[in-house]
Amino acid sequence: MKNRRLLLEHVDVPGIDGIDVYVKQGGYASLEKALKKMSPEDVVEEVKKSGLRGRGGAGFPTGMKWSFLAKPEGVPRYLVCNADESEPGTFKDRYLMEKIPHLLIEGMILSSFALGANQSYIYIRGEFMYVLNILEKAIAEAYAKGYLGKNILGSGYDLDLVVTPGGGAYICGEETALLESLEGKRGNPRIKPPFPAVKGLWGCPTVVNNVESIAAVVPIVRDGGDAYAAIGIGRSTGTKLISACGNLARPGVYEIDLGLSVEEFIYGDDYCRGIANGKQLKACVPGGSSVPILPHFLVTKTATGEDRLMTYESLAEGGFASGSMLGSGGFIVFDEDQCIVRNTWNFARFYAHESCGQCSPCREGTGWMEKVLSRIEHGQGHMHDIDLLADINKKIEGNTICPLGDAAAWPVAAAIHHFREEFEWHIKHPSEAQTRNYGLIQQPVVA
Amino acid sequence: MSHTSQPVFDPNEVVVFSDSVIQQMNEVVKKFPQDKEKSALIRILHIAQAEYGWLSVLVMNKIAEFLKIQSIEVYEVATFYTMFHLQPVGKHVLEVCRTGPCMLVGSDQLIEHMENKLNIKVGETTSDGMFTLKTAECLGGCGYGPLLQCRNKYHEHLSIEKVDALIEQYRNGEIQ
Ligand SMILES: Cc1cc2nc3c(=O)[nH]c(=O)nc-3n(C[C@H](O)[C@H](O)[C@H](O)COP(=O)(O)O)c2cc1C
Ligand code: SF4
Ligand code: FES
Repeated sequence: MKNRRLLLEHVDVPGIDGIDVYVKQGGYASLEKALKKMSPEDVVEEVKKSGLRGRGGAGFPTGMKWSFLAKPEGVPRYLVCNADESEPGTFKDRYLMEKIPHLLIEGMILSSFALGANQSYIYIRGEFMYVLNILEKAIAEAYAKGYLGKNILGSGYDLDLVVTPGGGAYICGEETALLESLEGKRGNPRIKPPFPAVKGLWGCPTVVNNVESIAAVVPIVRDGGDAYAAIGIGRSTGTKLISACGNLARPGVYEIDLGLSVEEFIYGDDYCRGIANGKQLKACVPGGSSVPILPHFLVTKTATGEDRLMTYESLAEGGFASGSMLGSGGFIVFDEDQCIVRNTWNFARFYAHESCGQCSPCREGTGWMEKVLSRIEHGQGHMHDIDLLADINKKIEGNTICPLGDAAAWPVAAAIHHFREEFEWHIKHPSEAQTRNYGLIQQPVVA
Repeated sequence: MSHTSQPVFDPNEVVVFSDSVIQQMNEVVKKFPQDKEKSALIRILHIAQAEYGWLSVLVMNKIAEFLKIQSIEVYEVATFYTMFHLQPVGKHVLEVCRTGPCMLVGSDQLIEHMENKLNIKVGETTSDGMFTLKTAECLGGCGYGPLLQCRNKYHEHLSIEKVDALIEQYRNGEIQ
């Protein structure tokens, strides 16, 4: 199938969540290869060659991140898998872990070997407790087969792997908040530097990687970094899991080759099959709630009329004026009946709820934005509220410990930038604001 | 920020952890290096909540004693994370996702319907102690919404009819 290639290839094989079926489908062959024929440096080298970029949202090259890991004598190093998956629109990691848990576990062992870690952790959001149970069962199977524990496959390499839950907090997806939480504390992000690569878990050098990034190491080791890099376009190599949701005919998790056109992804038979109920596309947030929204005329084409592609670069084409980001691959689609003001308010409420409260610009600013947007949505807004939102935005941006502040501010800025007339309409028509939909906005005519 | 409810302290409460709870707690502690037992805290809070339904101050004190940490270290964690109930809740806590992607497919209407059906507002418990209705932020199942979580289970692709049937199933003990 076109939309299941490297990671999800065997996802529909019955029993693939068990180790025997997984091994029969070629599972743990990458691990055998690495432990018998490769050095840790070789594995790092293949990951570098693959061009793999972090799948958690920021898109930072994984091989480069690995090479920053400090290696002082006599100090343990840790690999921590970020399975906190809480970015609205994103549900790909859960799918992968639930369906094919051994892919993540094999990836964890390979990556830990590459980094020289003998103890690794998977931090999973607390709401996914049933997935944690699936992973623990798979880990027990891996120990029983000798893929985990002491002297793995006779290589002399030892690794222990533990899964541990969060307690419900979006902010614990931020890597330093995650480490705090893993240490049994409140999820307050740390001031950086020092970065986790130098001082991470319990003050030791630590790499934090997303579930999908770690799983991708399995096909990279199996086929070689060059083969992985041959998929995709430019610096967007390999495949990417996209979790598509909102008003689509066929929402779900798809594995695409980076470089697929957005048009094909939304309307193609192998993918989402268009907008639900034969409606029209109004807008799209292509990379999780933290990235800028695009109005319908900038979704499948860029402002200069080029085809928009599912790559880090193409989705960002046009910057904040007319582009967005690939982010975590949380692809949210709005049909013509959806209200942008209501959605912007909803997301602002999310960030206000999830701010950890450490920095005033974020704690107070997200709360203010929520209040102002709520009054616009509920027919009590004023024209100057739009400028007030822009002002609050500027005061948050760049003035906070972690990027949650920016993540809260940018979507509001983008919504106002593209849908200003819809906000104004809400303010001018207070009695209709909550009940009537503004409809599609028109593409501006460029002279 | 997440929590608004106050922890509940009842000096007359008697807390004795069952053998099964103690065994589970010991197993979690073993997963972490020596001197790093505090890392087991969040999982232990989940274990205690599964046993008692919610976390009272005395239960938290007892956990602190077990982990050899200060009680405040337990309170500050329990109050930070949204999954921990610091006040008594109904037998079944229904947590409906209210975030954007779920809203696009009808979570607002679902929540309103459930409030009417159960005759309570979000945050309240039915008078028979059967259900507590809560909302949650994105539960990581956005493509399968609207959805709700009840303890370890996700109930997805909900509609008004489906949620009515679900409530009946919980009421009749057909789902635990
Ligand atoms: C507020 C916030 C939430 C985040 N949530 C997640 C998350 O749920 N999962 C994730 O993998 N990364 C998340 N990240 C990104 C992580 O901080 C980190 O960059 C990532 O786990 C690194 O892994 P990668 O390089 O493999 O992408 C979040 C970042 C921020 C600022
Ligand atoms: S930006 Fe917000 S979430 Fe991040 S540390 Fe500051 S208050 Fe906490
Ligand atoms: S928005 Fe409801 S599960 Fe993500």
